[in-house]
Amino acid sequence: MRGSSPRMTTGKAVILAREEISDKLAAVGYVADRDIATALWLMEFLKRPLLLEGEAGVGKTEVGKALAAVHEAELIRLQCYEGLDQNAALYEWNYQRQLLAIKTREGVGENADAIEEHIFSEKYLLERPLLAAIRRQKPPVLLIDEVDRADEEFEAFLLELLSDFQVSIPELGTIKATSIPRVVLTSNGTRELSDALRRRCLYHYVDFPDVDREAKIIGTRTPGIDTTLALQIARMVAAVRKEDLRKVPGVAETLDWAATLAGLEVHDLRQEPEAVYETMICLLKTHEDRARLTREVSERLLGKVA
Amino acid sequence: MVAASQGTAHSRESGNRTESRGELGPRLRGDERSAMFGARRRLAGFARTLRDNGFKVGLAETQDALAVFASPAAVRPSSLKPALRALFCATHSDWERFDEVFDAYWGGRHMRQRQVLTGAPSGSSPPARRLAQAHVPQDALGLPDRVERRSGSDGDEPADGRGRREGASRAEALTTADLRHIVDPDDVAATHALAARLARVMRARLVRREQVRRRGRRLDLRRTIHRNVSHGGTPIDLAWRRRKIKPLRLVILLDASGSMSLYTAFFVRFLHGVVDSFREAEAFVFHTRLAHVSPSLRDRDVTRAVDKLALMAQGIGGGTRIGESLATFNRWHARRVINSRTAVMIVSDGYDTGEPERLGEEMRRMRRRCRRIIWLNPLIGWRDYSPQARGMQAALPYVDLFAPAHNLQSLAELEPYLARI
Repeated sequence: MRGSSPRMTTGKAVILAREEISDKLAAVGYVADRDIATALWLMEFLKRPLLLEGEAGVGKTEVGKALAAVHEAELIRLQCYEGLDQNAALYEWNYQRQLLAIKTREGVGENADAIEEHIFSEKYLLERPLLAAIRRQKPPVLLIDEVDRADEEFEAFLLELLSDFQVSIPELGTIKATSIPRVVLTSNGTRELSDALRRRCLYHYVDFPDVDREAKIIGTRTPGIDTTLALQIARMVAAVRKEDLRKVPGVAETLDWAATLAGLEVHDLRQEPEAVYETMICLLKTHEDRARLTREVSERLLGKVA
Repeated sequence: MVAASQGTAHSRESGNRTESRGELGPRLRGDERSAMFGARRRLAGFARTLRDNGFKVGLAETQDALAVFASPAAVRPSSLKPALRALFCATHSDWERFDEVFDAYWGGRHMRQRQVLTGAPSGSSPPARRLAQAHVPQDALGLPDRVERRSGSDGDEPADGRGRREGASRAEALTTADLRHIVDPDDVAATHALAARLARVMRARLVRREQVRRRGRRLDLRRTIHRNVSHGGTPIDLAWRRRKIKPLRLVILLDASGSMSLYTAFFVRFLHGVVDSFREAEAFVFHTRLAHVSPSLRDRDVTRAVDKLALMAQGIGGGTRIGESLATFNRWHARRVINSRTAVMIVSDGYDTGEPERLGEEMRRMRRRCRRIIWLNPLIGWRDYSPQARGMQAALPYVDLFAPAHNLQSLAELEPYLARI
């Protein structure tokens, strides 16, 4: 059962208005697309996790980071991968300390039961991201990155955590959340996520930024870059993305490229086609793509862009 | 429900004090109350329209939407639409269609009638069947009942009288009979049932073998310490962790071109069985272009699933473009459906009207991504067949297993191979 339960926490939990969120996003240097502020507001309003989907490199992770900055909250990140299990995601015991404790206490002559009780106490518990996220005083932002890489079993466990916000540790008992974290999940769509998880979350599809927005992103992230150059770069990248590539360059690649061009003191792409072609390695990450974007193609695109 | 509906009331006036909603209920004025009911009804209508368009919208989303209506976001349409979009969408395809449905519903003066927009998969089997008959006259995708009827009317097929025996021996005969020669309606049905069962058996065996084969080689520290506290922490009684093996994922690409038409009916059934029983299986059908068919195949009703498939395979008769279909697969689907434990199974006779070089190139790309490529060719079962087709020649270097698939037995023989992967 998913929560249509009381969402407005009592007391001073004030919900930022949508406009405030978009102002704050801008203030922390995140160039938001039109609707992301609404999604972030809704997430706050309904107290639901937000699922961000989109191609690799469109800046999904950045949304989580920006959200943390907006709320001045700690960002706790869990990077998912194949075979991620609860030990790595939730908690682990500190084995070295436990072994040490067993040895020292045995010397004192304590019995086994007492030792066992002692070594499976809070003191020997190592927090992993998920446990950390529900035990903070101030609600943090929990970024669960690339959830599609984790196995189905882990997804089911996550679903349980996201609806109850409590975990049970066999040796310790149930730990309830002291604060409900804001949860952002990202997925590259390498695996189909379960309907249950999708229904639990709000959904936002993140696309590559349009030319204007990307130019703005370049402007904020590459200090001192000329606005016309930023726009040229954004246009060029947009054109490159339209080519039939194996790996479409993401926003991070664009920023690398912009920094490289700025570093080479290129002021106008049209003037220096050679530099454009040479530095294109910032955008193209496979041999095949590199081979496909020949000097001619590069110049053709440049012709269209300029 | 109660809390949400009370919340709706104070939408315009006291918008920014959302946290106090719920207390306002009893103080509603009459006009507010009716406005609230109006909003609720329209919203319910919108939810229904979304459902008709294949969105998975439940009661919970509708309630949340009511809460949104009661919030300051409702004042500005520019923020209402993205808010409802974030709430009601669950997948990328939802996302892409939402605006269209939203504009049609709210822009069209809140029209009440149901409107089914593009590609609605909502139980529309009668039109699907009609379309299937209109566009697929060759039976190439083989609605099973029509295969039966046709063969019945032809009467003098060579394999007349085959598979007449009863019980187990009859089933046995069916497994070795060339699929082209199974014409008796009962036999066709039995064959299809066998194919579906075969698919399920494959799945069951695969899982069992995995569990037995690899015993854990990693120490489970948590349990080990637990068990050995009384030994002073000296690990005498060890606890091991068993490595969990990801199940094999099977991706099947079925050639549904004219030259394969004698076999497609059967393979569609097999496809259905595989998708139905493998948790990780994806199915594609191609002729001149490629269609992703697993969603349609997940329909439990076989006949309806096959009908849907027939609809997707429109345009049959234009030859087979294996190379281009594989290119589409590599470009748009491979990243999502292929992982390190994926076997790709291509079912095709290898007659390609496209460029063989293209096919070779795409095969090479696919080879790099997946664990095994299995090419099933029904023609191998024919006497004196050798893979002369140029397309087949181009593809062969990248194929791990080139096997016949002209009868059920040949399919059953694949199972040990798949289990070893």
